[in-house]
Amino acid sequence: VDLRFTESEQAFRAELRSWLAETIPGLPPKPSREDWPARREYDTHWQRLLYDAGYAGINWPTEYGGRGATPTEHLIFLEESERAKAPYVGVNFVGLLHAGPTLIAEATPEQQAAHLPRILRGEEVWCQGFSEPNAGSDLAALRCRAVRDGDDYVINGQKIWTSHAEVADYCELLVRTDPDAPKHKGISWLIVPMDTPGIEIRPLRTLVGSTEFSEVFLTDVRVPVANRVGEENDGWRVTMVTLSFERGTAFVSDVVNSMVMLHDVAEHARKNGRWADDSVRRDVGHLAAELDALWMLIKRNVSEATHNGVPGAGASVFKLRYSELRLRLGDLAVQVLGRGSVAMSDVAGPGSGFLVEDRLNSLSYTIAAGTSQIQRNIVAERILGLPKEAKG
Amino acid sequence: MDFTLSSDQQALREGVREFCNKRYGEDALRGFTAADASLWRDLGDLGVFGLTVPEADGGAGLGMAEAVLAFEELGRALVPGPLVASYLAAGVVEGTLEGAAAVGLVDESSDPLLVEHPDLIASLVVIGADGVHRIDAASVITELVASPMDPLTPVARVVGELPKGNSAGEVDDWRLRGALVTSAYQLGIAHAVTDRSVAYAKEREQFGRTIGSFQAIKHILADMFVRAELARAAVYAAGVTVDDPEVGDPARAVATAKLLADEAALLNTKAAIQVHGGMGFTWEVPLHLFLKRAWVLSTTFGTADEHALALASGV
Repeated sequence: VDLRFTESEQAFRAELRSWLAETIPGLPPKPSREDWPARREYDTHWQRLLYDAGYAGINWPTEYGGRGATPTEHLIFLEESERAKAPYVGVNFVGLLHAGPTLIAEATPEQQAAHLPRILRGEEVWCQGFSEPNAGSDLAALRCRAVRDGDDYVINGQKIWTSHAEVADYCELLVRTDPDAPKHKGISWLIVPMDTPGIEIRPLRTLVGSTEFSEVFLTDVRVPVANRVGEENDGWRVTMVTLSFERGTAFVSDVVNSMVMLHDVAEHARKNGRWADDSVRRDVGHLAAELDALWMLIKRNVSEATHNGVPGAGASVFKLRYSELRLRLGDLAVQVLGRGSVAMSDVAGPGSGFLVEDRLNSLSYTIAAGTSQIQRNIVAERILGLPKEAKG
Repeated sequence: MDFTLSSDQQALREGVREFCNKRYGEDALRGFTAADASLWRDLGDLGVFGLTVPEADGGAGLGMAEAVLAFEELGRALVPGPLVASYLAAGVVEGTLEGAAAVGLVDESSDPLLVEHPDLIASLVVIGADGVHRIDAASVITELVASPMDPLTPVARVVGELPKGNSAGEVDDWRLRGALVTSAYQLGIAHAVTDRSVAYAKEREQFGRTIGSFQAIKHILADMFVRAELARAAVYAAGVTVDDPEVGDPARAVATAKLLADEAALLNTKAAIQVHGGMGFTWEVPLHLFLKRAWVLSTTFGTADEHALALASGV
């Protein structure tokens, strides 16, 4: 166990830090949360800056235009970006972290050439069409149907929880191409241009009040068969391949950001007198310890990925504990703000509105990307080797 | 940066694990075998006490990163005795390094003032406001306490004034290293009871199925594993940080480790008893020994809540 960074890792950090310090002050003001076209403009502009500086696709292989950074460099990149309050990956999330890696692993050279450079330059925004109203935790139960008609697929169905759909150029769409095969064996992965006739987008308001997600309705949407990635009915495997790109760095920004939030909560308590309450300080101390330990767990997962190529099941261990910690951090914030927690604006001093909004937002953390219940099943079955529950 | 064990570290861990299996295995535990002079001599021969004592002084000259691996294994096997005090005193109190003498510890800030393993120890180290002092165990008047909660941790109450002794070290250093190896032992307990519970859940059948196939059981076991893994990350990181303060703040890292390892050991031992059902509540299934040891250790070198309050002041 060695927690020191190598000279080249330190050099990478120093160079990145000075680039961030130079670049971030020149950014335009952040657009409002609900102005999606402006957010696209802002996020893709940032992506172009990263591209020009050689930081786009930090973990993508160099032969596909990425930087080919090691997992540790990727960790440093995310840590420094968060500390410098750099813009988030935002609307580029699906393209850079999911669709792009899938294309790298499974697409034809023509498909790769058409999309990968544009994703890296911030010229192409993707969204994800995976979940459906009746296919959530049980994603493979998806029903959105694609039927061959000559050189096209004709698609009918509905998707849900699609982030950034209004401003996306393409969708990575999972469709059922063989309704008679076992559920994992009848799925295909398609590249769908979002301006294809027959696609209707309805914003889905979350309990926070924002329109982060959409429902997408597809009616007789025609897509060339050439847009399929991988073999017909092999889409489940194609989808899972992306997981092998994960290097244990998925939550780096979140942990750094949570440490800042915990500090903000403590500052509010110091100002409003609740710091005198031992139970508040104990909770702060417990959360501080857990965040430090989670940070170490990230380092362990990244180190394992460096040795083995994959972070292993450590990802589920991390996600489970982190998401539940965020709920407790939010509860503590509300307890500290007291009556000041009834508004998502700064009624209890600078930053109080954000803490309240985040408390509401954090309710999604134990649900999105695998509920805590599914994560516990994964830990129990894949790591501890317990028998699978009988499934329908 | 590399948060994985080196091959030397893995070999050290394997060595201690093998020793524990042979010298204090399942039969010893189920037989409620107490710590004695012979066990102490064998632990001394293994080199546990002198792990971080410089080679010039007869130790192995290793770091805390290695000491935590050894103590994790001792905890996994639930080896009894005044391990932490003897480890801290090795190289300072004569005979301790080799396991010829066992050392007890009292922290003057605790109340009531109790000494563990009064019949085994030759020396007593007192951590007080004015430093760490070593005194002869024979010069202290103690009264054996009836009904110790942990059958393998006998305790005696200190009666009257503690005599003054010779300086044996520095308070902060003893507290820091003591809390760290105690955390490592707790980590071993947390993992041991998880492993035992997983094995039981794979074997025990009810309603025609192994109980480990029920999500209600699975989720308890998953939570146990997650707690132990988080504690492991904290304990290993603290070991490295005490060895090399350039990578972090040793006091913060150790407080984090003790807090999370105490929590993992206490919650996991209780969960293990729940998973074992009625058998978990019996005297013959040794889970209660793990619970009781975790409980005893959670009262030493700062409780989880005390460490939490200390950490909060730095947020």
